[in-house]
Amino acid sequence: MNLRRLFLILTPYAWLLLFFLIPFAIVLKIALSDYAISIPPYTPTLDISAGWEGFKEFVSELDAENFAFLATDALYYTAYLSSLKIALISTVLTLVVAYPIAYGMAQASQEWRPTLMMLVILPFWTSFLIRVYSWIGILSNEGFLNQFLLWTGIINEPLAIMNTQNAVYIGIVYSYLPFMILPIYAALEKLDESLIEAAEDLGCSKISAFWLVTFPLSIPGVIAGCFLVFIPALGEFVIPSLLGGSDTLMIGKVLYEEFFSNRDWPVASAVAVVLLLILIVPIVLFQRNEQRQREANQ
Amino acid sequence: MAQPGTRLVFAPWNDPEQKPLIQFKNVTKKFGDFVAIDNITLDIYRREFFALLGPSGCGKTTLMRMLAGFEAPTSGTILLDGVDIAPVPPNKRPVNMMFQSYALFPHLSVWDNIAFGLRRSDMPKDQIPARVEDMLRLVRLEKFAKRKPHQISGGQRQRVALARSLAKAPKLLLLDEPLGALDKKLRQDTQFELMDIQEKTGTTFVIVTHDQEEAMTVASRVAVMDHGKMVQIDTPDRIYETPNSVYVADFIGDVNIIEGNVIDTVDGKVSIEWAEGQPRLLGTVGEGVAKGSRVHYAIRPEKVAIATQPPADRANVIEGVVHDIAYLGNISTYKVELPGGRMMKAQVANDRRIARRDITWDDKVWLSFTDTAGVVLLG
Repeated sequence: MNLRRLFLILTPYAWLLLFFLIPFAIVLKIALSDYAISIPPYTPTLDISAGWEGFKEFVSELDAENFAFLATDALYYTAYLSSLKIALISTVLTLVVAYPIAYGMAQASQEWRPTLMMLVILPFWTSFLIRVYSWIGILSNEGFLNQFLLWTGIINEPLAIMNTQNAVYIGIVYSYLPFMILPIYAALEKLDESLIEAAEDLGCSKISAFWLVTFPLSIPGVIAGCFLVFIPALGEFVIPSLLGGSDTLMIGKVLYEEFFSNRDWPVASAVAVVLLLILIVPIVLFQRNEQRQREANQ
Repeated sequence: MAQPGTRLVFAPWNDPEQKPLIQFKNVTKKFGDFVAIDNITLDIYRREFFALLGPSGCGKTTLMRMLAGFEAPTSGTILLDGVDIAPVPPNKRPVNMMFQSYALFPHLSVWDNIAFGLRRSDMPKDQIPARVEDMLRLVRLEKFAKRKPHQISGGQRQRVALARSLAKAPKLLLLDEPLGALDKKLRQDTQFELMDIQEKTGTTFVIVTHDQEEAMTVASRVAVMDHGKMVQIDTPDRIYETPNSVYVADFIGDVNIIEGNVIDTVDGKVSIEWAEGQPRLLGTVGEGVAKGSRVHYAIRPEKVAIATQPPADRANVIEGVVHDIAYLGNISTYKVELPGGRMMKAQVANDRRIARRDITWDDKVWLSFTDTAGVVLLG
């Protein structure tokens, strides 16, 4: 019995150690190292054959120089801020688009709901990369959208959407929409219909019943959805690099360039470590929201 | 609600001068092909405690939801205080409802739940706290004002729901299976509490229930429904003593039903032949009963006496053998097998200790009842 329990408790911790903590320790170690023209491209490396003395020497060579460097170069600092801004705005935009969809799904009759749910999940069946690529075909100057608008005569010149931040917003809202819809739908779907009737019975119009009862009760779903969009959007790399052009500064892109263009692994690792530290705040808040939800349901 | 003899009996339905608060006029409600309410005409009077009673699916909840405004009649009119309420949306009706699930707002405290309707009304803001306090006192929940609904018990939630629906002082309060979620003991206490509150506030109550005991306890009048039709509308005692159909007799309480043919009617008395070689049953003529009619004779078990010797002075005496005895503490029910295999139940109050009981299984017994004890209903 106790052994079984121990095993059950240890399994997730072992998983966490193997796939999160050890890789993180390696990244942190690289972040504390110095750039070097060698393979791997940093120094020092740990020489196990040198024993304890070798380890001590290895530790003494580690320093936080790269973190200090991040603070001195405005590029990193503006990239972090710009990422935060883009992630925040696109989260709000996603919420505005997703809420009515989730509400509509929850209002739909029972036999339609699985179909609607299917339609929301359907895009996942295609590669994320291909879906983002196809937006280039829609948004570029000769893309479908501009061709259509020119044809209808609404505009005379093609709209420059491609390679701007607007294209990034469109890409993020499109890609992360299901992550916002599903938790909101889950919250709205379990809402007791008689609560709305009770609100109307007590003098609410349909609109005020929505704002006083439906919306407050869906807030846990809204919060969960916002975190599920905000957290990955903050470190997003594919969407800004494909749709955003050189205009868009996001930390995910900076990270990529440090790693693959500059081959400066130590600085890239430092960027990644700081990104993780920034993300810890919303992740902890998200966990707390989930926890509160579970308690309220008991 | 039985009233003491010295007081005026509350019976506005017998007074032609009285104007009903609610009038259903030939109301029909269809959901697709399904007829939920079938041409109902019904008057409910001010200060009444009116019960809609019937099995699930009989249309009682639909009838109530039409009063609240959540359903519109397919045809016919509903008048409240003489005004047609069809065009009035639920939030503009002087009607409040207590929901079966209570429908308390989980994100609001008890206090805010009760204040919810008042804040939507034209009551001045500074009077709301006093009204909420009054309501909390009425349902004895002053100490729980700050709690959220999930932090109080089922019985307390039920009282919050009642307080919330009474807060706006509606002309009419609708209660949808209000006590369904409570256990038996709490339910009985709450029934008396409901009657108290109804009397104190003078509000007209309409209650929907499938529990006949509950309807009998609280209501001034009971409407028994079946398949969207009103079967009988009457006071609880008349529903019980003089049901107008086998359906009502069978639905309310325990009953013995004996089928037979009317052989003769003399001086308001009827004799019924019900089994080969058995003495005829003597009863009182019911509506439409004539010589030759096929009838059901309905008699309550507590009106049947059981004895080990043939009684001399009863109109009806039937011989049988005790098949089963159900001991319920305060009463015992004897299931007696009559010749020919038919069963008849007799109920006796246990005014002696059980050791002194002189009737036991397989004893030969005589069942007896007077000629006014049962009702003769047309088959």
